[in-house]
Amino acid sequence: MSQARTLTFSIFRYDPQEPGDKPKMVTYSLTEAPGMTVFIALNQLRETQDPSLQFDFVCRAGICGSCAMVINGFPTLACRTLTANYPDGHIKLMPLPGFELIGDLSVNTGKFMRELSERLALWLHPNSADNDIHSIETPMSPEEATKLYELERCVECGVCVSACATKQMRDTFVGAVGLMKIARFELDSRDTRTADDFYHVIGNQDGVFGCMTLLGCQDTCPKDLPHMKQIAYLRRKMAAV
Amino acid sequence: MKIIYTDTLVVGAGLAGLRVAIASKERGLDTLVLSLIPAKRSHSVAAQGGMQASLANTIKGAGDDEDIHFQDTVKGSDWGCDQDVARMFAHCAPKAVRELAQWGVPWTRVTKGDRQVIVNAEKVTITEAEAAHGLINARDFGGTKKWRTCYTADGAGHSLLYAVDNKAISLGIPVHERMEALSLIHDGERCHGVIARCLITGELRAYIAKSTTIATGGYGRIYSVSTNAVICEGIGQALALDTGVATLGNMEAVQFHPTAIVPVGILTTEGCRGDGGVLRDKDGYRFMPDYEPEKKELASRDVVSRRMTEHMRKGKGVNSPYGPHLWLDITLLGQKHIDTNLREVKEICENFLGIDPVKNWIPVRPTQHYSMGGIRTKANGESPQLSGLFSVGEAACWDMHGFNRLGGNSLAETVVGGMIIGKYVADFGEQNNLVVDTDLIAQFGKQLQTEVDQLIEGEGTEDPFKLKAAMQKIMMDYVGIFRNGPELELAVNQLTELLDRSKNLGLKCKKRHANPELVEALRVKRMLKVAVTVACGALARTESRGAHSREDFPQRNDQDWLNRTLTSWPDANSLRPEMSYEALDVMRMELPPGYRGYGVDNAIAHPDTQKRQQQVEAILAELGDDADRYAKQAALMPFELPEEYQPRNQRFTDTLAKTDAESGEK
Repeated sequence: MSQARTLTFSIFRYDPQEPGDKPKMVTYSLTEAPGMTVFIALNQLRETQDPSLQFDFVCRAGICGSCAMVINGFPTLACRTLTANYPDGHIKLMPLPGFELIGDLSVNTGKFMRELSERLALWLHPNSADNDIHSIETPMSPEEATKLYELERCVECGVCVSACATKQMRDTFVGAVGLMKIARFELDSRDTRTADDFYHVIGNQDGVFGCMTLLGCQDTCPKDLPHMKQIAYLRRKMAAV
Repeated sequence: MKIIYTDTLVVGAGLAGLRVAIASKERGLDTLVLSLIPAKRSHSVAAQGGMQASLANTIKGAGDDEDIHFQDTVKGSDWGCDQDVARMFAHCAPKAVRELAQWGVPWTRVTKGDRQVIVNAEKVTITEAEAAHGLINARDFGGTKKWRTCYTADGAGHSLLYAVDNKAISLGIPVHERMEALSLIHDGERCHGVIARCLITGELRAYIAKSTTIATGGYGRIYSVSTNAVICEGIGQALALDTGVATLGNMEAVQFHPTAIVPVGILTTEGCRGDGGVLRDKDGYRFMPDYEPEKKELASRDVVSRRMTEHMRKGKGVNSPYGPHLWLDITLLGQKHIDTNLREVKEICENFLGIDPVKNWIPVRPTQHYSMGGIRTKANGESPQLSGLFSVGEAACWDMHGFNRLGGNSLAETVVGGMIIGKYVADFGEQNNLVVDTDLIAQFGKQLQTEVDQLIEGEGTEDPFKLKAAMQKIMMDYVGIFRNGPELELAVNQLTELLDRSKNLGLKCKKRHANPELVEALRVKRMLKVAVTVACGALARTESRGAHSREDFPQRNDQDWLNRTLTSWPDANSLRPEMSYEALDVMRMELPPGYRGYGVDNAIAHPDTQKRQQQVEAILAELGDDADRYAKQAALMPFELPEEYQPRNQRFTDTLAKTDAESGEK
């Protein structure tokens, strides 16, 4: 086996709660191991070199969406990013822009997503008061169920928000995540809201007409969600209202 | 110290915790949830395969009902479960699935007509009934007689958690994120809430409530390789242990999942085998039929994990830099099936292994997966020792899983347990007053403050990261799939030594606010107590039952061990817990202990087993052949449920019969 490489990590460090602290980049070196991911590397750095390093991981398997950060200029999930992807061994880590910074690489996506959900009412508004759970369920076409699941796979990682130019210019923009969720409920035959109802929420510059179609969301979404298609679909729906 | 008051406090925002919170809020109680992370990132999201519920919509589920689900669950538990709880659970599971559909879960649905499936590595055509079109589908899972696992592709946990969290948001239930509960406030008889620490600001806060529900998940991360999220560290169990009063149940019951990828331990769902995938050894040989001719790859998880380990011990594993592994082959399922029903698995294979499971076999080996043990509760979810303390989901030993959990029963337990226990929590909130003893609050607050001060200001020399790694290695090496006396003794000795050393932790980072090293130090002391509890329980239990497999005691010994291990930690300075046992009453069992259906039947019978068996037969004979299954069940083992959940579950076969009858009348 060939000699293991030495990786160079350049990491954004800033503690907003520490009086006088200034944002800076700090460089660390680490010996690469086979199959190493940014998750494994960051934990090793914290355990052996700097215990104050802040970052977020939960599932470490690409399922929960907690570890999004900007890696060599590209926002993505750190847990499933292999260090082997970077031939020159230089890896630059920055926190996701567009969210409140907790410290270093940790940002408060949870707070953002909860507020978005409350603002856009991102839950099912069922079409009947019938809540009998003892009787046979209402049938749904298998195709509809599959389509709903396809749109529902968003993990609220925040990557699309960080990659969106409109969002960087206008903080009130709902972003691709908000539009994708609206599209998911719009498609759901169980939801009572009409295109008119959705128009009141996203039929403006903060919603579907604010999008500049630069498609950073589509290019970076770790779940390969069809943002472009959904935004176009919603625009057509909203324009018709 | 800031004090926040509420009626219902829930610690943990996964499926179980959120479901309890919803039940309480719907009853008009002030409800608040604490979580380490945003709710939608909870470990519940990682469940892939689905949840069991006997809907019987599919042809392969035809004839399924609560009775069969109950029997599968009890057998799966190796008779270690609480049969009352298994009954409550099996009865409410179909209700939970239907409720979730109303909350937005896009369950995969049945398509009428012919479709091809893989059964026992062969293509088989099955035909779904026309009338079942559009009803909720189910797939096959290990240890079940029927296809009973309802799913959304292989993202069932994701769909469920998002629907339930959305419901919680719609009800306006606040979730205090990045708050870590670190001690329970109690007076030895009643629990009054928690002291928690904010992971951003470091602020300590008291949350005072009528009831406190621990729903913090399992303790998988006391092992070095686990399928669990990194937050599943057993702190909920440690909170209960630290009261010195509350007991934990069956902590030695730890499940290993057969198919986690090597080396990182990320799970590939049991749905891979349920849908027709097979296991192969280094020669490409499918070995499971040799060991378990009847159920093969779909034997219970504990059985498959042990058979895989046995096979690797025979030198049949594939050598790798990370030790031997086996292959999971899902290539026979084809691209279309994998792209739609196993897409998470596909993504994991692509991102972490750089392989395409449509073409390549997946390197797998058994890995720590589930904690059957937890905070001991009564059937209503409440601690028998501390009134007002409830626990639910994987955090609890409600005890429907006994010594081995069936796949598809954990996701089900979170929501089913949550809905049932949520009712009891709401009852408690309505029937009890908020008790505020400011001295007691201050005392617990001060205790935690002192602990933090000592860690920051003390002169300790032990590195929390190193202690944790040492603990995880001991658990992996000596308290794993196969266990034996000498190794377990070694584990107990080494773990207690680490626990002793944890009194001398020292920190390099001296920040009082967001400080990952401080977080680690506060946790590792607590995790070590949990690890010692697991190892002590395993050493004492000189039999093999479910996932607890003793090489030196291979028999399931009902005569001496048909009981539940209870552990508490009354002396905070002691290095070992106190253990006692709670007998399972064979004379109350609906299903007396019997052969589980795997390997040789080597169980040592309980003296009451035969007596109860005869009694069961006599009761059934007396009822006669005309009695329906509900009457039989009620005569054998009546069980309690909140009134709203008592109605029977309708199945589509019932409506068929009714339609036939109606048309017959015309």
